[in-house]
Amino acid sequence: MKNSPRKEGRLSPGSAALWTGLMLATFVACVSLGSVNIPLRDVWNAVFGGEVSRETYRSIIWWTRLPRVLCAGLMGAALSLCGAAMQGLLRNPLADGSTLGVSSGAALGAALSIVLGISVPGLESAGPAAMAMIFAFGSLLMILALAWGIDRSFATHNIILIGVVFTMLVSALLSILITFSGEKLRSITYWTMGSLSGKSYEQAAVLLGGMILFGLPLFLQSRELNAFAVGEENAVHIGVPVRRVKLTVMICASALIGICVSIGGSIAFVGLIVPHMVRLAAGPNHRRLLPLSAFAGTVFLMLADLAARSILSPLELPIGVVTSLIGAVVFIVIFYRSRKGGIR
Amino acid sequence: MLKAEHLMVRYGERTVLEDISLEVNPGEWHVIVGPNGAGKSTLAGVLGKTVPYEGTVRLEGKDIREIPAQEYARKVGVLSQNHSAVYGFTVEEVVGLGRYARNTGFLHRSDPDGAEKTDEALALTGLAEMRKRNMLTLSGGERQRVFLAQVFCQDPEILILDEPANHLDLPFQQELFTLIRAWLKTPGRAVITVMHDLSPARKYGSHALLLDRGKRAAQGEVSEVLTPKTLQVVYGMDVYGWMREMLTQWK
Repeated sequence: MKNSPRKEGRLSPGSAALWTGLMLATFVACVSLGSVNIPLRDVWNAVFGGEVSRETYRSIIWWTRLPRVLCAGLMGAALSLCGAAMQGLLRNPLADGSTLGVSSGAALGAALSIVLGISVPGLESAGPAAMAMIFAFGSLLMILALAWGIDRSFATHNIILIGVVFTMLVSALLSILITFSGEKLRSITYWTMGSLSGKSYEQAAVLLGGMILFGLPLFLQSRELNAFAVGEENAVHIGVPVRRVKLTVMICASALIGICVSIGGSIAFVGLIVPHMVRLAAGPNHRRLLPLSAFAGTVFLMLADLAARSILSPLELPIGVVTSLIGAVVFIVIFYRSRKGGIR
Repeated sequence: MLKAEHLMVRYGERTVLEDISLEVNPGEWHVIVGPNGAGKSTLAGVLGKTVPYEGTVRLEGKDIREIPAQEYARKVGVLSQNHSAVYGFTVEEVVGLGRYARNTGFLHRSDPDGAEKTDEALALTGLAEMRKRNMLTLSGGERQRVFLAQVFCQDPEILILDEPANHLDLPFQQELFTLIRAWLKTPGRAVITVMHDLSPARKYGSHALLLDRGKRAAQGEVSEVLTPKTLQVVYGMDVYGWMREMLTQWK
């Protein structure tokens, strides 16, 4: 029997099972490994209430590793999903979730909070996160308003241009802030390059909520994203309501990026490189690309976080440095090999 | 079926189309011809809902601005001239996208014939053997055939084709026009093609709209519009004489 194109585009159950297994194995490994290596038996017992060989293991696992690895996995999934969606929507392999400039806007908000000492009453440490979120949404509104003012169809080239210019403007403002930041420079650096140190279950829950609220609508746009990736004019001709789809994808991706930056800072490269690697391996059909990017992003960021906290232990590298280093090398290898073997 | 009245398109100060009207009825094949920059593709863009315009276009009496995108795509299939590929979709993935407007609902299961229609469109355009080919590896002509197949897969009532023979070799050009003529025989269908090649326009079209710098130069039945005299006025040369001279090269 011939497979319909519709069925062929989907992620097969076998592939989904394989990726789920890989994701779980990585999760367990990342909980077990780090500055203190905890035997797998102790990880199991600590999680399921058994005896552990050292009591400190239990608190490391429950209060340090589990929330951190959960946040890393969820952020990896969110960043990669947004990158894949934006690359399809804008038909631009160089786009990612931060193309609109929302990520930079959020980082500026966090830096402002650090420099000016803005905090949330009753929750002193949440100032940067709250400001990042406010600035992320403010940036999104500003960018959409500018795009709307120029062309009510939200032409993709206008959106990309506005995003790039906005990012440059915000980077300049951030540089000014850094100049006057004094001893707060280190905190700002961690915000601008990302860190998952000290993450909590509450933050993991916020990320999960963001994935449900803004990630699910992205998954549901896979057919429309296929149409955009083939060509926006063609998408109009086959009946895609292009303006509604553009707004849905841009708002969902930006909101999700805003949430990620407010929790872990700007983590570069994940949203750009992971969808690329997945596309090279599995093709550009978004019915496969979106879920596979989410899976691969989860695994990638959990491993990058493990590297960030292990390589120079007890020192910790900003995770953005690790993602860029690993991502660039892995991408060059895969890209080189795939170009020799065929085109995706 | 499709009626456009007093269409006007402006890009800033420049008027690209001025007071163009067109009525397309079932069984008719309208050809839009004219020199470069006459506004042929702009008119196709208006009818394909990708170019903003003044005036009205009605499909079965309803203003097309008020017809939802999916509903319009079920009635009108458009082939444009731009077919650049950025990502390596397979041929059948691109052709299958033609079923988008028929595959509605939350789980997109309202198109049980989708796979069959895709197969038919692939076979019709001679792409069955190439269905797994990567779009990035195709030639211009092959790509043109893929998007033609997508329009046929869409199964519309009106075809709007902007230079459908672009990049196609002669045997496939002949095949294509024969194919469109056969497609048109089913009752309730109509075709609008933008063409710069006047010979197939004269041979296959039933009605013609001759444009000159955005304005209507002549309109009516093909035999009345595409005459040596009107073409000489619009093109500023003896088109008929040129064609005869070209033909003598083959003696």
